[in-house]
Amino acid sequence: MLPASLPLPWILVLLPWAGAVVLAALPSVRVAALANIGVSAASCLLALLLLMQPQGGQGWLRPDALNLPLLLLACLVGLATAVFSAGMAAERFGPGRGRAWHAGFQLLIGAQALALLADNMGAMWVGLEIAAVAGALMLAAQGTARAAQAAWQLLLFCGAGLGLALFGIILLTLAAPPAGMDLSWAALRGMAEQSDPGLLSLGFVFLLVGCGSLAGLAPLHAWLPDAEAEGPAALPALLSGLMPIAALLAVLRAKAVLDASPGAVAPGLYLLALGLANLLLAGLMLRRQGKAGRLFAWASIGQLGLAVFAFGLGGVAGTMAGLLLLMGHSLGKGAVAFGIGHAAQMRGRQGIAELGGLCASHPALGWALALAIAALVGMPPFALFAGEFLLLTELAARGWWLLLPLGLGLLGMVAAMIAVLLTLCLGDAGPAAPRRRGGWTRAEAMVLGPLWLLLALALLLGVALPEPLAALLAEAARLPG
Amino acid sequence: MSLASLPQEIAHLPGCVMLLLSFLLLRQRREAAAIKALAAQGVMLALAAALQGWVQGAPQLLLVALIEVAGKLVLLPMALWALLRRSGPQPAAERAGDSGPHLIAGIALVALAVLLVQPITGPGQAVAREDLALSLAILLLGLLLMATRRGAIQRVSGLAGLENGAILAAVSAGGMPLLPALSLAGLALTGVVLAGAFLHRVPRLAHGGERG
Repeated sequence: MLPASLPLPWILVLLPWAGAVVLAALPSVRVAALANIGVSAASCLLALLLLMQPQGGQGWLRPDALNLPLLLLACLVGLATAVFSAGMAAERFGPGRGRAWHAGFQLLIGAQALALLADNMGAMWVGLEIAAVAGALMLAAQGTARAAQAAWQLLLFCGAGLGLALFGIILLTLAAPPAGMDLSWAALRGMAEQSDPGLLSLGFVFLLVGCGSLAGLAPLHAWLPDAEAEGPAALPALLSGLMPIAALLAVLRAKAVLDASPGAVAPGLYLLALGLANLLLAGLMLRRQGKAGRLFAWASIGQLGLAVFAFGLGGVAGTMAGLLLLMGHSLGKGAVAFGIGHAAQMRGRQGIAELGGLCASHPALGWALALAIAALVGMPPFALFAGEFLLLTELAARGWWLLLPLGLGLLGMVAAMIAVLLTLCLGDAGPAAPRRRGGWTRAEAMVLGPLWLLLALALLLGVALPEPLAALLAEAARLPG
Repeated sequence: MSLASLPQEIAHLPGCVMLLLSFLLLRQRREAAAIKALAAQGVMLALAAALQGWVQGAPQLLLVALIEVAGKLVLLPMALWALLRRSGPQPAAERAGDSGPHLIAGIALVALAVLLVQPITGPGQAVAREDLALSLAILLLGLLLMATRRGAIQRVSGLAGLENGAILAAVSAGGMPLLPALSLAGLALTGVVLAGAFLHRVPRLAHGGERG
């Protein structure tokens, strides 16, 4: 049942949704963009407040060490994206499409908060569903026929994924003894030993494939490259930066239930296989992409595959590596999306070759984008590198024979991304490319400010994690078992 | 089969008819006929919910039956007919394709569903294995329909079939919490995807205009 008074977790869900209603009614794109920043900043403050409150509690939403850091990350990426999109929205959206974009934005942030905080599997599923719908709405706000096609594909693939995830949730619930049937993750884990291991195993597989489609993972990944290539510039930061977090958290919680059930299949094996397959596929596909949006979507598929692999390895170190990879990817992807979006807007093109030579033509943007790509590919000293290092050392100790395929996948991805970095940032801009030197203009500040903020956070997570956050992440890594 | 277990046996019948209707959807290339088959499957799901509600003494399942009738018999077919009218007559080439390979794949998926539920043998099991196999088969056939057809109407039908399979599994088991809410949420999902088809700007969408 819903509690009588409205506690902070529910405010974190309902505030963005109330904001979405207001933003849908605002006719001025500039005012709506500023209001969007305001609501996103308020969500960040609330997430920080929630971090300071005691964890646990009863009800549909239950903050714990696992979802709180991810929620704060989602709110920070949301705020950075809101600032970036304010610079882009006023120039690209008319009033109608601007309303759709901003309303969809806050709808997605609220849905992410619901899916992350939910202990109730039904509420989590509804959060994932609303997030997918909001993503499609924001994609369609681009207003082109190709964006509409990509939005239709997103709805189809994510719709199929949500249907499979719903079936998985139903099976997980039915696995419990009849008297203890509950949609709560905590209750399900508590009764895992008495639950039917066959139903738990089957439910996990459906949930994994279903949530995998929402995270953009193969085999239901085909919507992601199209969506990122055809959508507004800020969208990749949300579609592959934010949406996978809640979807993979659901998988992690289901894995914890199966780990506690003696007769169920080993969920880690499925995660290892899925993660490795996505990493190897991304390594192959990255070399074939000519458009920046599609290329970085494939980079996300590879990095998320790596995070899934780490979760599959399990244990405290494996889960910690997975969390670092997931968080580092969100930050790196957001930073890259802002840089690429701005570059594509300046040049009016999306091809890698056409965007090349940014350090020569626009040094401030070019060098920032170079660092962002380095952060996304897992170069030191950013968070993804810390996650990769932890994963590789843990793998060397526990399953060294897996180092070869993982190394091949990583090598393929890193080599392709370094080639892209060299072309995009250090290549030849050509004589016709517009050039820009000197200090930041206001428009550039709206792009480079959020970009540097995310890079700074990725750096902080990689080399100088604050003690309270490190303790929280260590506790989070112990929760899934 | 004893007389005492007759109500339970009768309650399984709509699920069997739903499976047959899934094959009909898979075989059917005419969109108008597919909409009718989907509506019939929705009615069977509602009937399954009502019968299970009677057998299990669970009034919430009657609410699920009402939701399914309103959604799958009235709202969804109405919206699909509107989409069909908007997209114009279906090209003859699309109506004439060979459904044989799809049917064979469908039979293989039913066999897979039966095999997948074999390990489920726990004591005090709330859901019967045969009910689960039926639900899983209907769900997989819905997925197959989505994967093999290009038209928006048939893809939405596949998604609705997939969702029907999931809800049938929940209905067949006793004591599933929040089932009316899950049923509504599943219906909303199909509705949103259908709305996406309406908003799609490319002409001839309903007949495979998308890039795939």
